[in-house]
Amino acid sequence: MAANNVRHAFFSALITLIISYPILGLNLEAQGISVTLTGADTSTVIAIFIAVIVVFVFQLFRERLMDRVRELPFLSARAHKEPMAENKRAKIESWVITGIVVLALFWPFFVSRGAVDLATLVLIYIMLALGLNVVVGLAGLLDLGYVAFYAVGAYTFALLAQYADFSFWMALPVGACLAALFGLVLGFPVLRLRGDYLAIVTLGFGEIIRILLNNWTTLTGGPNGIGGIPDPTLFGMEFGRRVKGEGNTSFHDTFGIAYSGEHKVIFLYLIALVLAVFTAMVIRRFMRMPVGRAWEALREDEIAARSLGLSRTAVKLSAFTIGAFFAGFSGTVFASKQGFISPESFVFLESAIVLAIVVLGGMGSQIGVILAAIAVTILPELAREFSEYRMLIFGAAMVLMMVWRPQGLMPMRRIHIELNRQE
Amino acid sequence: MLEVQNLSMRFGGLLAVDQVSLDVQEREIVSIIGPNGAGKTTVFNCMSGFYRPTGGKILFQGKEIQGKPDYKISRLGMVRTFQHVRLFNSMTVVENLLVAQHRHLNTNLIAGLLKTPNYREREKKSLERARYWLERVGLIDLANRESGNLAYGQQRRLEIARCMVTEPRLLMLDEPAAGLNPAETKDLNQLIVSLKEDYNVSVVLIEHDMSLVMDISDRINVINQGRPLASGKPEEIRNNDDVIKAYLGEA
Repeated sequence: MAANNVRHAFFSALITLIISYPILGLNLEAQGISVTLTGADTSTVIAIFIAVIVVFVFQLFRERLMDRVRELPFLSARAHKEPMAENKRAKIESWVITGIVVLALFWPFFVSRGAVDLATLVLIYIMLALGLNVVVGLAGLLDLGYVAFYAVGAYTFALLAQYADFSFWMALPVGACLAALFGLVLGFPVLRLRGDYLAIVTLGFGEIIRILLNNWTTLTGGPNGIGGIPDPTLFGMEFGRRVKGEGNTSFHDTFGIAYSGEHKVIFLYLIALVLAVFTAMVIRRFMRMPVGRAWEALREDEIAARSLGLSRTAVKLSAFTIGAFFAGFSGTVFASKQGFISPESFVFLESAIVLAIVVLGGMGSQIGVILAAIAVTILPELAREFSEYRMLIFGAAMVLMMVWRPQGLMPMRRIHIELNRQE
Repeated sequence: MLEVQNLSMRFGGLLAVDQVSLDVQEREIVSIIGPNGAGKTTVFNCMSGFYRPTGGKILFQGKEIQGKPDYKISRLGMVRTFQHVRLFNSMTVVENLLVAQHRHLNTNLIAGLLKTPNYREREKKSLERARYWLERVGLIDLANRESGNLAYGQQRRLEIARCMVTEPRLLMLDEPAAGLNPAETKDLNQLIVSLKEDYNVSVVLIEHDMSLVMDISDRINVINQGRPLASGKPEEIRNNDDVIKAYLGEA
């Protein structure tokens, strides 16, 4: 046992050294036209070796340490607590959620513009992740090209605004429905595929959309993107300093307040908040409906589901379509927030991030997915100084999650339908 | 109501089922027996649409159904169970029954989102039907448990209840007694007979438990190596020399 520990600790330390030394301990320096490899400062090298020793010692005494940690009073108290009754917990949960939403409504008026902007982005990711959660978490279809539907929504709004003078509110349903249509169209050929094969085909579809947007320069402007996308209006009131649309008034004039750029940011945030809450509620409702049960049944056992008269085609297509619908939704909001979109916003990495959010949050779990969306979007912003190591940290977080909580932050607790006994 | 004529199923060079014919009348229990690997389950898979038979006809209530997709056949009223229980394990017992009533429910998305009266009415009805069948198979106390946590015998009964809530005309049971103890087998025996007597369902049964088969079958079809060997009433089969040979080997 002890010898095993030493060996394990030794290998862990060795791996730490192998990974960290080339990344942190070596520098590439440009001298004229040639690039030379130089060692890092002595302090960095010392830091690396300290880290290696720490890993070695920790691994050596890990079991004893973990036992100690488990004995800590506040942890053991939690472990022995009785789980709350299901309906009591549901009630508390719904109150907490309502409270958070109300808080979120007033919060932007007290914080900086940058924070509100970031929060809007978080809400967009929440919508995306909730939509993907339907496809991946509930229906069990691994979709790696989800960003394509997001792009469809965003480009629909941008193009309609440019060529047909659509406003945000007109484009929102159109963008979402068009994305849903794309989901339906993609769904047909991939119905027979499962698991890895499905993932590859959807990945390809995502790339097709991006490359199409990139190369169809006459329509989409190619890599230059589309700019001048209008901001949303509130009953015909614009938030810009000067009114652009015909027949519109400006927000600050109507209410007789001084113009401030913050109004627009806060308004966008509120729109995103309302849409995100709408998304969450609709999907939550779907989960309790026959269609939600059908998604889960098909994920659990396709053959049994079919033997009971569930059409694989209809069930899978509905999941794809509804997932795509909400991606189109968030795409429209995104286009309006940025005011400018280009294919660069819709690369594969975006799909991967949204998928990571779903997996981190816990497949099928709405609250988990929302928490993960907040974490994944905000953490990189907070850790701007370490931006070079962003992907490294991201990867490490994923690995740690898989080791300690493979079921995600908040694993899915199914919304049960209870059968009450009649006496 | 069901007629299988000269059914054949070929997998490449292997002729798994060769010219098998059988028929089932209203309110009748027909068994298919035969040694392991005789092709019984393959016949089932052809009948329920999991396989597309390579030859022959299957008529259900006068209509040809061979080669139709499985979910359409089940919607016509031919529902099956599986040799290895196939439940939706992470769903509760009652939810398993609700999934099965998918086509009785209002599946209109908008109606569901708005909770229209019609939608609520149907949802309530399907819960009632689920409650009825859970009481019928004695699982009502376990209604809110995850079905994966049930004991094996209970899972078997749940699978039958799940078929019954779809209101089938013909029930196909693939080795329903496998893995059950004698007491459970006896309960199953009574349940199957009652399905026929009280709910007017015809049953096609694949089974190895001879006491069960002989007890409840109206007629028995014996298959050996994919070919029909004999068919008739239980006592005829019991005394059939060919059948005895196939089961026990030649003396």
